[in-house]
Amino acid sequence: MASVKSLLTKPWIWSFLGALLVWLATIAFTGGYGAGGMVTAALSLAVFTVIVGVGQMFVITLGPGNVDLSLPANIGLASAVAMKVMDGNDSMIVVGLLAALACGAAVGAANYLLIWALRIPPIIATLSASFIIQSIDISYGRGLQIKPPPGFADFANWQILGIPVLAILTVLFTIGAAIALQRMIYGRSVLAIGQNIRAAWLAGVNVGRIRFLTYTLSGALGGIDGALLAGYFRGANVDIGNEYLLASIAVVVIGGTSVAGGKANVPGVWGAALFLVLLLTMLNTFGVSAGVRLLLTGLIIVGVITAAGGQKALR
Amino acid sequence: MRPEMTAASLDTAARTSAERGALARARLLRGLLPALSLALVLLAIAWLNPRAISYFGFSLMLNLAIPIALATIAQMFVIAGNELDLSIGTFVGFVGCVTATWLKDAPLIGVAILLGSIGVYALLGALIHLRNLPSIVVTLGMSFVWQGLAILVLPKPGGKAPDWLLGLMAFKPPFVPFPIIAALLIGLIVHFGLMRTSYGVILRGSGGNPAALARAGWSLLKTKIVLFALAGLFGVLSGMALIGITTSADANIGNGYTLLAIAGVILGGGEFVGGRVSPIGAVIGALTLALAASPLLTFMHIPPDWQVAANGAILIIVLAARVLISRKER
Repeated sequence: MASVKSLLTKPWIWSFLGALLVWLATIAFTGGYGAGGMVTAALSLAVFTVIVGVGQMFVITLGPGNVDLSLPANIGLASAVAMKVMDGNDSMIVVGLLAALACGAAVGAANYLLIWALRIPPIIATLSASFIIQSIDISYGRGLQIKPPPGFADFANWQILGIPVLAILTVLFTIGAAIALQRMIYGRSVLAIGQNIRAAWLAGVNVGRIRFLTYTLSGALGGIDGALLAGYFRGANVDIGNEYLLASIAVVVIGGTSVAGGKANVPGVWGAALFLVLLLTMLNTFGVSAGVRLLLTGLIIVGVITAAGGQKALR
Repeated sequence: MRPEMTAASLDTAARTSAERGALARARLLRGLLPALSLALVLLAIAWLNPRAISYFGFSLMLNLAIPIALATIAQMFVIAGNELDLSIGTFVGFVGCVTATWLKDAPLIGVAILLGSIGVYALLGALIHLRNLPSIVVTLGMSFVWQGLAILVLPKPGGKAPDWLLGLMAFKPPFVPFPIIAALLIGLIVHFGLMRTSYGVILRGSGGNPAALARAGWSLLKTKIVLFALAGLFGVLSGMALIGITTSADANIGNGYTLLAIAGVILGGGEFVGGRVSPIGAVIGALTLALAASPLLTFMHIPPDWQVAANGAILIIVLAARVLISRKER
């Protein structure tokens, strides 16, 4: 009983409960049909939100005003770069992934360069950067080989006993991220900066370096996400990352990370990502039109934020 | 939040009159920066294609400037209260869809829907204040709501603007093109309301120093509701103006306006925190973006792929110039 009580005080438990509830509602509607397949599909799709969600979580934890708006453009460009480097050739998969990672990291570093050099709020810096990245992507992606190599597409869709391998790898990655956040100097510094940037600086935290690393990390995760998305959906396009602006911020907030910074939560990112994906699956199963689906998604996000709210604003 | 600011203002007090003169010049330069960037873009256009600087040329080039300027003003009200609206673009699209359908076929219902949507904006302001919510997340969620509603109102691109709206937007005054007159009017009216009236000062104060304002007895709930309702009002005007120009609507028609409006406010000298905004600057910023993104690039023979990048580049260049000037200010 006591353990249940302590479990309920964890901020991330609610996102998992929400995901479970949505899943139950859907299988009640279908009469139990496709319950397992739905979990498999949800896991494979949630992976992409979790990867960028973790990057966004580190950025938001840096404190008020920190947010990465360049993720969608970044994902789009990296997916094109990865597919171009792989060029439909199985032997180039690793090189392509590294290229996507480097491309994303470069975008992240450029974001921080703007924040640092122009002393502007990260929202404006990542916004201006995303304008430019988007154009580079449109111009670069024109007439490009956009199909992934067969081996990479198979890897991105690979399942063992109904569990996507990519999901297993992402779970391992998030465990690593949780350790980095709670047990390593880097993560503790991010939390310290988010709680009080001046105090962190006076305590000897190299604020500039940690912020630079965090934006670069977020960019790199966006890059790798772009490559994986192109593999999973068997093709890259300019709009492939569009939905991940809302998704990355939403999973961070729904997952129990404080938008005021200084308090992060890794398991919640998974719960919230599963919740969002299952929610879309549920609305699709109910057979609602695209308009109603968008409307309900928006209303539920606003509702969840309102219920969870009560903290200081993001800016 | 900004300990260095108090230190800087103490320094200022100790400065000699000569230094004070230099300081005033830097400040003036900073205030003129939006106008200077617009002049620069205009000069570039005049140099590349002198024939564009004419009544007809301006009417064509500034075609979409009115809706952009109105959306920028909407965003400016939200930013003045230290919030950010990421849904203004899809809201403009929703208003456009309502304008091209209900407002033409059943004007009374159309007006009721548009007034109701302004009410929703006011409620959002109340919600954000009462529950202390991050406006970025709330408005990001709302952007889905507006887009969903827009698709429900107008599933396929189409509809038609009401005739009176078409007539208004096609207005051709003598000597000065309509977009320029409209932009001037919008800028001056909002400037007077927000910068010259006493409640305008309270509204900006709610972003500048909310705690002091609350202690002085003003309701922060009310200021937030008013700011968001004004954003909704100008969003409605923007959507209607847009449909008056394009004549028919599409659920995605306003999507690009969210980021464009933020960029316009910042270009116009607005700051993200502290209630420091400038209505005239915001209108000038919107005009600069409208001119630089498409006509200037076309005259420079740069493919339209780079239109979005031009917006980003202008933003970065102007912000860099602002940093240089601010450095002189210290």
